[in-house]
Amino acid sequence: MASLWFWVVAVMVATYVVLDGFDLGAGAIYLFAAKTNDERRRVLRAIGPVWDGNEVWLLAAGGVLYFAFPQLYASSFSGFYLPLIIVVWLLMLRAVGIEFRAHIESWVWQAFFDTVFSVSSILLAVFFGAALGNVVRGVPLDSTGYFFEPLWTNFKLGPQTGILDWYTVLTGVIGLVTLAAHGSYYVALKTDEDLGRRARGIALLCWPVQFFLTCSSLVATYFIRPEIMVNYGKHPVGILVPIVVFASLAVMLWANPKGKEKLAFAASSLYITFMLVGAAFALYPVVLPARNHQYDLTIYNTAAGIHGLSVGLVWWTLGAVLAVGYFVFVYRMFRGKVQLGEGHY
Amino acid sequence: MDSALLVHRLQFAFTATFHYLFPQLTMGLALLIVVLKTIGMRRNDPVYHEAARFWGKIFGINFVLGVVTGIPMEFQFGTNWSIFSRFAGGVIGQTLAMEGMFAFFLESAFLGLFLYGEKRLSPKAHWLSAVAVFVGSWLSGYFIIATDAFMQHPVGYFTAADGSLQLASFWDFVLNPWAGWQYAHNMCGAAITGAFIMTAVGAFYLLSGKWTAYARIFVNVGVIAGCVFCVLQIFPTGDGQGKMVADSQPVTLAAMEGLFQGQSGAPLVIVGQPNDQQGKIDNPLEVPKMLSMLTYRRWNANVRGLDAFPKPDWPGNIPLLYYSYHIMVGLGTVFVAVMIVALLLLWRGSLFNARWMLWILMLAAPFPYIANTAGWMTAELGRQPWLIYGLMRTEAGYSKVVSAGNGMFTLLGFMGIYMVLGILGLFLIRREIEHGPVTGPATEAK
Repeated sequence: MASLWFWVVAVMVATYVVLDGFDLGAGAIYLFAAKTNDERRRVLRAIGPVWDGNEVWLLAAGGVLYFAFPQLYASSFSGFYLPLIIVVWLLMLRAVGIEFRAHIESWVWQAFFDTVFSVSSILLAVFFGAALGNVVRGVPLDSTGYFFEPLWTNFKLGPQTGILDWYTVLTGVIGLVTLAAHGSYYVALKTDEDLGRRARGIALLCWPVQFFLTCSSLVATYFIRPEIMVNYGKHPVGILVPIVVFASLAVMLWANPKGKEKLAFAASSLYITFMLVGAAFALYPVVLPARNHQYDLTIYNTAAGIHGLSVGLVWWTLGAVLAVGYFVFVYRMFRGKVQLGEGHY
Repeated sequence: MDSALLVHRLQFAFTATFHYLFPQLTMGLALLIVVLKTIGMRRNDPVYHEAARFWGKIFGINFVLGVVTGIPMEFQFGTNWSIFSRFAGGVIGQTLAMEGMFAFFLESAFLGLFLYGEKRLSPKAHWLSAVAVFVGSWLSGYFIIATDAFMQHPVGYFTAADGSLQLASFWDFVLNPWAGWQYAHNMCGAAITGAFIMTAVGAFYLLSGKWTAYARIFVNVGVIAGCVFCVLQIFPTGDGQGKMVADSQPVTLAAMEGLFQGQSGAPLVIVGQPNDQQGKIDNPLEVPKMLSMLTYRRWNANVRGLDAFPKPDWPGNIPLLYYSYHIMVGLGTVFVAVMIVALLLLWRGSLFNARWMLWILMLAAPFPYIANTAGWMTAELGRQPWLIYGLMRTEAGYSKVVSAGNGMFTLLGFMGIYMVLGILGLFLIRREIEHGPVTGPATEAK
């Protein structure tokens, strides 16, 4: 049962990163890809009706994590106190940047909110990448099951790590590049003319960096955490993960210049999903590794009671079916290239 | 009190109180927008649709602020109250996760359609999207109330071998009797905020002679809804909630009412200051025997005072609890009077010309916020010293790894950001009100 919920949370997190990832990425490239007011409005129009729903996947994943693995939620949220509160602040600023920009037709007002939106998107992409890095690297949990990490120590991987060290900075940069590319494919898909061309150009620039960083992160992860290979040894099916990751990178490289935006975006989504699934697969059944392995948090020592988990399966399934239904409906309603004209943004 | 505990409590209280300024209007307006759209569809009257669109814009700004200030709430259970989360997450995690799965997805998906999709949707589908937003926001309210109800009156759980609470009965937990009354009482409060704000904007337009056709609709709908919900707020919902407190948290009732000594035929204090050093009410103005009557429906019933309970079980801050409760009840009573007078004038057809009443209705706008805030303070201060009533004390639940200094840093950060958000929100809503429901000249031919 706990294993099932492990994968439910993993899938919800992956869904969040794929969905909110494209609007975060669109925010990251916003100042560079969209030059004129019309172009900026087009980008906002492309993400406007959906970004809030995308972000709900974060809250919903957080809620499910809370309910299924209370101990994990408690340890990780209090241990990552400062970075999480900063993430909260960034999420707030970003939402305000998107939604309040259009209210006043003033160049200064709009340029200000454009910057707020774009800078907070960039920082969030870095923070999410670094967060994943922290989880893979492990944190200084002790026998109480809690820890507290400073923002950084000496950037080395000692027993007392900080949120940022050379490894998590690397994963933070991967997060930024991956989401910037992902957002570019989305903007290219939803817009045309100069804006679409520029978005494709940025994606093309991102590709070699993304490829190089993917390779180096795999090596670095193996170097700092050789035990990730254990699960791959036990379940050879895991070999699919690197295959899909590199295949989707190849498809991105091929599809983007050919103007096959849907395919490129789909490949980027697949890349993100399999990078995350690969990490989850490598960690399982550990959910938050400790620097000292005897204090690892696993699905067994963090899960809620079996009755609660079984009941949850019933309503979760119902809720997930409804949510997917709404998303399909909303994305269908707002399908196609964005047109300016009526309405907000 | 340990200073880290104080900082964690202040941060949660501050962020929750500030957050709830927005959802109460969201939930109230969601209902009234559905009313406006329904009338518009029934009568095929474009003015009502235009009115709904106008309130949709204010709703949109308010909703963004509600979402933005709501994000920290879900995080803070883990960041600031991790010991509590570890202890009770197996139970209350259920409702918090369900809020995400059932309410937030529904709301966020249909809000976009409601605000930006009117031209793409048929009138019926657009009406349905308004209903979906309403249902989503009211469902969200239920899940939060059910979570709070567990902390007030824990049911449906068992204590596992490792000492944590786990779910024993889903339905007992979700249908907590405490949640029923509290939800009804809270949602009436939200509807009152919506109704008072709609009325106030209408009264403002009438007083300044602008958009009078719309203003009449706003005042009409606002006063009727306000009257209904103000009455329901006192009876049966407030009464029901009060009886639950009397049954399950008698010490809280004694502190709320400022009853230091238990007695039969206990009086109801209307005005007075609790003096917790000497254990009495200073300069009280009382209605004899009324508290016994209200609580137990008998004039001479014995009501237990604070003296019947050991001091460590008293709510920590009795004066604040007492004032919150009395401000809530006092304002609730004034609201009923104001709305009944307004309804009488409306019925006689003279409200739109009764400038003195329009002034009152306009200036009443902030008071439902104060009453709702005071109500929540009554509920949460009344629960003290418990975090989960009878099971975990507040001092045991906060994150021991987060020091007072870190907590103070983030508390000040939240205060700064929320001040900016509050100013931005007021500024933008004021602009919408200034701009009015339709583009064009503000004064129409009478």
